[in-house]
Amino acid sequence: MSDLHRLTIHEAHALLKEKKISSVELTRATLKYLESTDGKIRACMRITADHALESAKAADKAIAEGRCSPLTGVPAIIKDNMCTRDITTTCSSKMLENFVPPYNAHVIERLNSVNAVMVGKANMDEFAMGSSTENSAFFTTRNPWKTDCVPGGSSGGSAAAVAADACIYALGSDTGGSIRQPAGFCGVVGLKPTYGRVSRYGLVAFASSLDQIGPLAKDVTDAALVMNVIAGHDKRDSTTVQMEVPDYTKALKTDIKGLRVGVPREYLVEGMQPGVSQAIEAAIRQLEKLGAKVDRNVSLPNTRYGLAAYYILAPSEASANLARYDGVKYGYSYHETTSMWEAMQKTKQHGFGAEVKRRIMLGTYALSAGYYDAYYLKAQKVRTLIKRDFDRAFEAYDVLLTPTSPTVAFKIGEKADDPVQMYLSDVCTLPINIAGVPAISIPAGFVDGLPVGMQFIGKHFAEETLLRAAYAYEQSTPWHKQKPAIA
Amino acid sequence: MGDIPIQRSEMKLTDEEVRHIALLARLGISDAEVEKFREQLSNILENFDILSQADTEGLAPTSQSVVLENVYRPDEPGPSLPVAEVLANAPDREDNSFKVNAVLE
Repeated sequence: MSDLHRLTIHEAHALLKEKKISSVELTRATLKYLESTDGKIRACMRITADHALESAKAADKAIAEGRCSPLTGVPAIIKDNMCTRDITTTCSSKMLENFVPPYNAHVIERLNSVNAVMVGKANMDEFAMGSSTENSAFFTTRNPWKTDCVPGGSSGGSAAAVAADACIYALGSDTGGSIRQPAGFCGVVGLKPTYGRVSRYGLVAFASSLDQIGPLAKDVTDAALVMNVIAGHDKRDSTTVQMEVPDYTKALKTDIKGLRVGVPREYLVEGMQPGVSQAIEAAIRQLEKLGAKVDRNVSLPNTRYGLAAYYILAPSEASANLARYDGVKYGYSYHETTSMWEAMQKTKQHGFGAEVKRRIMLGTYALSAGYYDAYYLKAQKVRTLIKRDFDRAFEAYDVLLTPTSPTVAFKIGEKADDPVQMYLSDVCTLPINIAGVPAISIPAGFVDGLPVGMQFIGKHFAEETLLRAAYAYEQSTPWHKQKPAIA
Repeated sequence: MGDIPIQRSEMKLTDEEVRHIALLARLGISDAEVEKFREQLSNILENFDILSQADTEGLAPTSQSVVLENVYRPDEPGPSLPVAEVLANAPDREDNSFKVNAVLE
């Protein structure tokens, strides 16, 4: 059977379970396609072929013994900021170019426990800081729909690989939009779970109160299947909650009659591309046709402070988290000096790229004496305001609907020298991390051959409501079936 | 009085301030980077000006978004990573230790 790499998780699982294909066949086909296209897309930091085939053999053995859960034997790509034991984990940074973790992240343990197959580690913006993968210290990933455009970021490698059918699904991480914005740019499904739903153990820390791991998938069903495996309490991440993990696939229903959908007007921002607002408008009409009750007159008045609050909170936490890269325990180390302080300073100077340095500087400034109250404390109070906006909205609505990003994918290089313009591409996703609520981006049409992402936002731990809304919309539209033609 | 207002006039960073921030972060910085960061950071800080318009009088700060507080677990001994594995990534080591340059000069 050819084109096995194009399958979804649920399609692959059906074939594996009935023993119509083996995991080794599926993995070989996926690796072959990945290896043939990655020269063009550059989604992967590393293709882990030997590891993958070993895992596939183990998966086939498990299946033969009757243990075949939906992810068993199914090839995935993992963002390169999740620790994989004995497999280099770079964060797309020179700082960690040769870092080989001695342990697995919690999500990797969970995938291993069901005999999942990892075929590669995905390129990303260095330390997950960026919106285009242009901040990778090594190379820029290409958008499979138009290879002179960015795939979004920071989980751009993960999103591009899924969109290109170079794997079956991927894991990404999302601190301010890093799963949803690239999912939107690449026309795939990306879910950022509620803060505390998925363990961050073994995820290289960026901004610890905002970071969350989630799936990038070819459809909503697959996102639910991945959530079933990765969600849950982990005592090694004390911010994970002791709530039971539901079977998320039970939420996949096409009936959304009476679903209360709010469209916050602050998210239909100035500077939004006309094609994006037209696509969102058409999606609203579609949801109404499906029986949802859409209210376009919703206000989250403190949204206007989201960008500024985020760019104080996230860099502040990053400046503390990244202080550990001192050239002593692991990672790049500057050795041409006998001075400890000089070694530390030069290690960071040569090991980090421009955006990481910019954020360390910004965060250090915001936390420094004399500015702490004006910036950091103020931003944390604004966080209270933003969270209250969402609490209030979810008294009246089941989900909120927004574009995922104000524009479709932009050209490589277009925003690379203008940090503020780059930050604006996450203006619709940042407030969600600030409030810690879950959100999903799903394909909602095209503008000039590039995908438009639509975002549903839910209240804390309402992933099932998001999946239901997303599934109903997806099943009534053709977008997720459309694939880029990769020459 | 309430919150400290952020004044636009304070937004332009000087070279000295940029060097001071870099020193606080123990981040080495070239002259060209001082110039670049001075402009870029000043520009970003100007965009933070909007926060002074947010009325946060009497509001408590939110440090994380989910309701958990003071999570405890029993302090039970468990296996640690083997020393050799932990040291395997060390740039410089001696016996079972990380090796660093002299702290006192």
